[in-house]
Amino acid sequence: MRALRPALLALLIVLLLALPVLSEALRQPAAIGLATQVLIYAIAAMSLNLILGYGGMISFGHAAFFGIGGYVTGILYSHFAEHSAFLGLVPGTNDMLIVLPLAMLISGLMAAIIGAFCLRTNGVQFIMITLAFAQMLFFLFVSLKTYGGDDGLMMRRRDVLPFLDTRNDTNFYLVCLTLAGLWLAVTRGVVRSKFGLVLGGLRQNEQRMEAIGIAPYPYKLVAFIIAGMGAGLAGALMANYLRFVSPGMMNWTRSGDLMMMVILGGVGTLMGPLLGAAAFVILESWLTTLTENWQFPLGLLLLALVLFTNGGLAGLLDRLWGRTR
Amino acid sequence: MNGPPLLKVSGIAKRFDGLVATDHVSLEQNAGEVHALIGPNGAGKSTFVNLLCGSLRPDAGTIKLDGADIGHLSTVERVHRGLSRTFQMTQLLLDYSVLENVQLAVQSQAGHSFRFFKSARYDAKAMAAAMACLVRVGLCERAKVRVADLAQGERKQLELAIALAAKPRLLLLDEPMAGLSALDSQNMVALLQSLKTETTIFIVEHDMNAVFALADRISVLVNGRILMSGTAAEVKASDDVRRAYLGEGDV
Repeated sequence: MRALRPALLALLIVLLLALPVLSEALRQPAAIGLATQVLIYAIAAMSLNLILGYGGMISFGHAAFFGIGGYVTGILYSHFAEHSAFLGLVPGTNDMLIVLPLAMLISGLMAAIIGAFCLRTNGVQFIMITLAFAQMLFFLFVSLKTYGGDDGLMMRRRDVLPFLDTRNDTNFYLVCLTLAGLWLAVTRGVVRSKFGLVLGGLRQNEQRMEAIGIAPYPYKLVAFIIAGMGAGLAGALMANYLRFVSPGMMNWTRSGDLMMMVILGGVGTLMGPLLGAAAFVILESWLTTLTENWQFPLGLLLLALVLFTNGGLAGLLDRLWGRTR
Repeated sequence: MNGPPLLKVSGIAKRFDGLVATDHVSLEQNAGEVHALIGPNGAGKSTFVNLLCGSLRPDAGTIKLDGADIGHLSTVERVHRGLSRTFQMTQLLLDYSVLENVQLAVQSQAGHSFRFFKSARYDAKAMAAAMACLVRVGLCERAKVRVADLAQGERKQLELAIALAAKPRLLLLDEPMAGLSALDSQNMVALLQSLKTETTIFIVEHDMNAVFALADRISVLVNGRILMSGTAAEVKASDDVRRAYLGEGDV
């Protein structure tokens, strides 16, 4: 099974790279859009998994940073389109090479501020306070009429990249694929580093960590900021994909979706969030064609997975391979 | 012993809602000495340990380590000053391997851990230092085992290895014999005996045989106060101690 793993990973990479060709050959043009969404949500879920799965911080407000990334993109675009400036100071832009890093930076800053407060609490309090902060931001953007309020902001076109036409869905898919791959590599590096070792230790027993001279707070805060940046990146990509941002991006149900992806895929595993995002997006799009109340069967499925797989899809796959070795 | 004592506790007190848990306790310990704290259940031993290592803050009094006041410092800062502890109820990272548990303590001594991209496994120096601690407590063959799969006796050994990895000047042992079988206890006493030359040990313990075998000096804590301090022979001979702690009848 261990020998099989690299082969399966290689197969997955080939499939993802070949997806544009495959979708054309199989006459499934919608597949590209679906796959793009999977990859974007995978980045967001991976970032949540860093704090939830590896660090044991159960954040119920992660969509806040997803939304902030989206709004950075939307607001910069709207100023670009109107030839105006944010607060009369910062000119708008539609350059993806500026927008994406800026979305990550601002999401990271917000994560630093929100995390600085939230991480003084633990357990249920932490869950509630992250939720509260996210809802505060949600209502802030609902009431922010300058930027569309409840209706959100439209983008007429995607942000641009040099040498690559992002209006082409295949190109945009490849951009998302590259970034998701990069984020996976970053996550892998971080969880195996000394920082990652500390983070995992904090999940297991904070008292022990203090007793060996490691103060939990700064490590948890840095992990929270990294996670915020990942969600911000995903949000900026989602804004570009949909060419639309709205307060719904940071609603608590969205935080719940991200959590569901992580749990569905496998908490605290590298590939789990990717599998979870794929399962969630594909199931959602399939179930919505069957029934308006798609959440109900999805909920049942999640229940079954949690009860019977013991470690989400990643755990299930591990055990399947273990048996058919 | 010349110079100031390694540990000097002066009149520390702690009360919880009217219950006086620690009532102006003073004691001293010289470097190289094994000091044992004994006392009946509810005497305030745990509170005293928590005051020493910084989990609790005293209402009054000072704690000096090597002449420097550490009473206002956090647990983490005290660890870096050389005060390392073990727990009565083991506090271990159950999902990690034995080696990783020790490695983290070594890593903590080497400075901060904001290192994001180099795999923690490639720090040969830290691995070697961690392994040395495991060898020291006789757990090196279990290095790769998950802590969740360890027996209770091995967990106690691991607690000790982690505490040693912090290179303590003062090693605070909170009931290292608790929960051990007779055989494991014997091994632990032998292990602690061998550590006496390496570090200064402050031990809180219920097991009298262990205390009498290890301690150079024994302090008896009753109702939050030090009833007496002395050698094993003096404590054994004291009628006060017998009455308060060992029971009214024969020992």
